[in-house]
Amino acid sequence: MSTDTNPGPGITGDAAATDAKQRNKRARQVLFGCAAFTVLTTLAIFFVLIDNAVSYFYGARATEMIFLGVEPQSAVGLIEFLNVRELLAGEARWAPEHATPSHNAWPIIFGTLAITVGAAFVSIPIGTATALYVSEYASPQVRSKLKPTLEVLAGIPTIVYGYFAIAFINPVVLGPIAGLFGINIGRYSMLSGMLVVGIMTIPMVSSISEDAMQAVPDDLRNGAYALGATKYDVSVSVVTPAAISGIFASYILAVSRAIGETMAVTLAAGFNANITANPFSEIMTMTAYMVSMARGTSAIGTIEYQSLFAVGLVLFCMTLVMNLLNDWFKRRFQEEYR
Amino acid sequence: MSDDSDRKRRPDGGTATERNRGEELFADIDLRREHLKNRAFLGLIFAASMFGVVALALLLLDVVTDFYVGITEFEISLIQFFTVDGSRRPENAGFFGAIIASVMLMALTAVLSFFVGVGAAIYLEEYAPNNRITRLIKANLSNLAGVPSIVYGLLVLAALVNGIGVGPILLAGSVALALLVMPIIIVSAQEAIRAVPDGVRNGSYATGATKWQTIRQVVLPSAMPGILTGTILALARAIGETAPLLMVGALFVNRTPFGPFDRFSGMPTQIYAWAAEPSQHFIHLAAVGIVVLLTILLSMNAVAVYLRNKYETAV
Repeated sequence: MSTDTNPGPGITGDAAATDAKQRNKRARQVLFGCAAFTVLTTLAIFFVLIDNAVSYFYGARATEMIFLGVEPQSAVGLIEFLNVRELLAGEARWAPEHATPSHNAWPIIFGTLAITVGAAFVSIPIGTATALYVSEYASPQVRSKLKPTLEVLAGIPTIVYGYFAIAFINPVVLGPIAGLFGINIGRYSMLSGMLVVGIMTIPMVSSISEDAMQAVPDDLRNGAYALGATKYDVSVSVVTPAAISGIFASYILAVSRAIGETMAVTLAAGFNANITANPFSEIMTMTAYMVSMARGTSAIGTIEYQSLFAVGLVLFCMTLVMNLLNDWFKRRFQEEYR
Repeated sequence: MSDDSDRKRRPDGGTATERNRGEELFADIDLRREHLKNRAFLGLIFAASMFGVVALALLLLDVVTDFYVGITEFEISLIQFFTVDGSRRPENAGFFGAIIASVMLMALTAVLSFFVGVGAAIYLEEYAPNNRITRLIKANLSNLAGVPSIVYGLLVLAALVNGIGVGPILLAGSVALALLVMPIIIVSAQEAIRAVPDGVRNGSYATGATKWQTIRQVVLPSAMPGILTGTILALARAIGETAPLLMVGALFVNRTPFGPFDRFSGMPTQIYAWAAEPSQHFIHLAAVGIVVLLTILLSMNAVAVYLRNKYETAV
């Protein structure tokens, strides 16, 4: 054995050992490739969405313009796509597949935002209260039953929630209520979409908020009790503020999920793109528009097909902002108690 | 902060020997109101936490009722349901093709996502130096987990279905699902690898093993139950996903796929196609389909929980 050629630890110069080292190096490279693949996925999403969205606005894909020298021509203007003046005048119309097409995306952006805000009104208060109950009040027996139940709620596929909306919430729950106002509810309604997306995001808010509350050190609670605080005071004035960044992170995650939610809102809220304040009327979200395109037979290269990617890009950017915000909150929360 | 405001609101109570003086001090505090407030608050948050439970119960009740009504009133034959493909006519429609498609989708998704996902997890846990690239990969991972599922469908639609031109085939659907569950598999595999104690690794290094030998022969075997549990849960998520399959083009297909290059419609897309029909017969077919889907999901979860409980104490 020659120890002078390689001063490293272990048996050196041995053929088997160098072989093992080589294999170690190769394994490391392959595994790095696996990890880098996830970054490639994100880049591919960006590339595909932008490339195809460009063809919606300029008549040819970005790659076609660069590599094939196709001249850009104006198809749908960005100003037309996000025309605020039409929105304020109440004339915004989203109908790319219509005989007289109109490309103002505000109605479907409104649909997505309306569902998101409505769902947040359901999931945030109920989810936070559930988290407080499970974390601070529930006995171990209750907790051991409540938490798996919420996990089941989180594990149910979105299509089943959609079915629940179209077969139960809308006709059985909301139908009679709409009847009281003298409104004849259709198959779809905005309110049913809000409710069903709210219900499906409750477990997200509650489980992440509860984790944050559990991470609050008991010293803080005991300190408050020693001062004569009641359990209510401890829960509301000590635990909640101490866990606030984790709680906010859960809200953002729930909102992000609601923005991208597809099947439940499609089956609950419908396919009629309009801006309305009537909770019993049918609306269309961005995701529902994509589904309606998938249901139809829009050929490649048509403006309807291209609009899919423009809408997808808007959707992706909205959730991206939410995810980055969520990351930021989570990092703050981890720094505080570790 | 909040402690300060509490201190201001409540004067110092004093010790037990000063109880009388303490009571005088507390005379201005109405304890009954405090108790009432506490009880009302508990009632409120208890009711709120029951909301989710009630919603789940209603959902299951609704599905089971519709399932029952479908079988009794619409005379949906379960034998036909499990042996016949989909159809435009509700009385001839079955679920066979969709079940086969979903099973094939799941197998392909597992193959496509497992190795890359576990590989990425090993790299991040065992090899990755703490530098900018690693931080980028980690930040990107948490972002990928939040990308709406429909966007993965768009990616595959543009890149594979129309880009390369493979058409709406089963393989394209499983690529979309594999990309979708990849972050879930990576995160759960990371947790399983992290749970292997460092003493085990150091013991292996002490015998002169390289890092890769240690990982392959020591770390992975003891992390495998955890990794498999996470993978099964991720696949359970994949099998219920509808939106990516819809974007890939899995709709209105009523034939059983015979291989990864056939057109297909999985269980969730078939349920969607039925639920979106105005006819009540189709709605009840959807309910029967949902019962099948939920049963499969439930058994996958049961297997995952069984694996976890069996091996949790062993390590």
